[in-house]
Amino acid sequence: MDKTDREILEILQNNSRLNPGQIAAMLGMDQADIEHRINEMEEMRVIVKYHTLVNWEKAGEEVVSALIEVKVAPQRGAGFDNLAERIYRFPEVKAVYLMSGAYDISVLIEGKTMKEVAFFVSTKLATIENVQSTATHFVLKKYKQEGVIFEDKEDDRRLVISP
Amino acid sequence: MIKWNEKLSPEVKNIPWSGIRRFFDLVSEMKGVVSLGVGEPDFVTPWHVREACIYSLEKGYTMYTSNWGTLELREEIARNLFNTYQVSYDPREEVLVTVGVSEGMDLALRTVLAKGDEVLIPEPCYVSYSPCTALAGGVPVPIATEAANDFRVTAAQIEAQITPRTKALILSYPNNPTGAIMPREELMEIAKLVKKHDLVVISDEIYDKLTYEGEHTCFASLPAMKNRTILLNGFSKAYAMTGWRLGYACGHPEVISHMTKIHQYTMLCAPVTAQMAALEALQNGTEEMLKMVMEYDRRRRLVLKGFKEIGLPCFEPKGAFYAFPSIKHTGLSSEVFAERLLTEAKVAVVPGNVFGMNGEGHIRCSYAASVENLTEAIERIGKFLKTLAPGQQEACG
Repeated sequence: MDKTDREILEILQNNSRLNPGQIAAMLGMDQADIEHRINEMEEMRVIVKYHTLVNWEKAGEEVVSALIEVKVAPQRGAGFDNLAERIYRFPEVKAVYLMSGAYDISVLIEGKTMKEVAFFVSTKLATIENVQSTATHFVLKKYKQEGVIFEDKEDDRRLVISP
Repeated sequence: MIKWNEKLSPEVKNIPWSGIRRFFDLVSEMKGVVSLGVGEPDFVTPWHVREACIYSLEKGYTMYTSNWGTLELREEIARNLFNTYQVSYDPREEVLVTVGVSEGMDLALRTVLAKGDEVLIPEPCYVSYSPCTALAGGVPVPIATEAANDFRVTAAQIEAQITPRTKALILSYPNNPTGAIMPREELMEIAKLVKKHDLVVISDEIYDKLTYEGEHTCFASLPAMKNRTILLNGFSKAYAMTGWRLGYACGHPEVISHMTKIHQYTMLCAPVTAQMAALEALQNGTEEMLKMVMEYDRRRRLVLKGFKEIGLPCFEPKGAFYAFPSIKHTGLSSEVFAERLLTEAKVAVVPGNVFGMNGEGHIRCSYAASVENLTEAIERIGKFLKTLAPGQQEACG
């Protein structure tokens, strides 16, 4: 990983639809070289996935998200990893982080209804062995995600021609 | 009925409108235009700067400041110039905060020029230098820089135009509209000449931070040049703060104090709100500024490659955010080319002739635009070129 790799990552993270030709032009490099670097980073899973940030609310879809604080008893030899895996394997779980501070594992869940989320927590999550307690916080509104402000369409307010 | 035509000053009447104005009127009426005609960043002022400004309003900073600008800001400007260029200005008497470089340029010319004094102006250049020189009673003497010489002005070209009436030389590098920069060695040659002929240099360095290859040389940092130079700079381009209208002038206390005298009577002081924001930009804005510069650099490469691929010859601009490709091979004048490009391909650029001598035959394309828009514009220009000369405009990348 060198400076060029980091620049490629930064460009792609901001806009993954740019093609290797455009990135090569932007960095003043050879297209084949950029393609090779991107392939390598994909293989190393430095580039994990190309995805689209969707505002589901605007799309008219009902999505309920909740952030769940989970306290667990770590296991000898494995620490938190085994337990985290049992949680993150569930497809409704969108993110799992090991945390410092008042609780251990932070779980982001998405479901269609509040009931569905609550049901998942009470039947699947809270019942996992070594889970000591859970605290569920429902998301009321998403303002910003992945560095992008949802309702922030800043129009180009510049004059079309200026000296 | 008052006959205004008889009341107006002949000096003002004789000043032509900027050629950009007519074009602006034309563009404003059209829809679906991709514009490469904008002479300002496409970034909004970084939030921390806007937030600091809001806070200053909350705290009630709504009064006049010293004519010179707040001492805190002048100190920060001086510190910044010293750290960047090792030029040391006394913030108490060698720094004046102005309403943009535009005011700084006007003040400098009015302070220095006596009636009939000649001002050497390398062109193509920003549109205000000649009119402001004329308004100050001076005589603009254009020096045509050459595309073949990457639009750099040479000491020989300058010397050829020096007369007993020559008072000042305006330098504006990195340059709007060409994107040209000046290497240090060549500025040293000019500095020798300036000393030999006892000239004043007014150096507009508003694009200094937007230098992509090598380092910008501040003219005042050259040996013996500090006291001969009126250094003009500001916040518009580097910090994406065009609408704030804030700049500064630095120079010998004697010239700065006389400039401040005019400023005191005509402007009183630069807006305090903008001064507060500028202070924040200088103190905490370097990181975001460098990010923006890196982004411009990427777009610059993208545009150059794109132009090459569609067969639009362009010298490599190494500063500012403009490319200045030649359209001479089309046989059209800049104005006709730009107008047809606008109406037929819906891309707005600025015809090069509005920037003075040797601008004819070129168009100014600002790459302060999103990658999507740049790509779209290049594609449209490419198609347009093909319609001009069917069969001859194959890609020559």
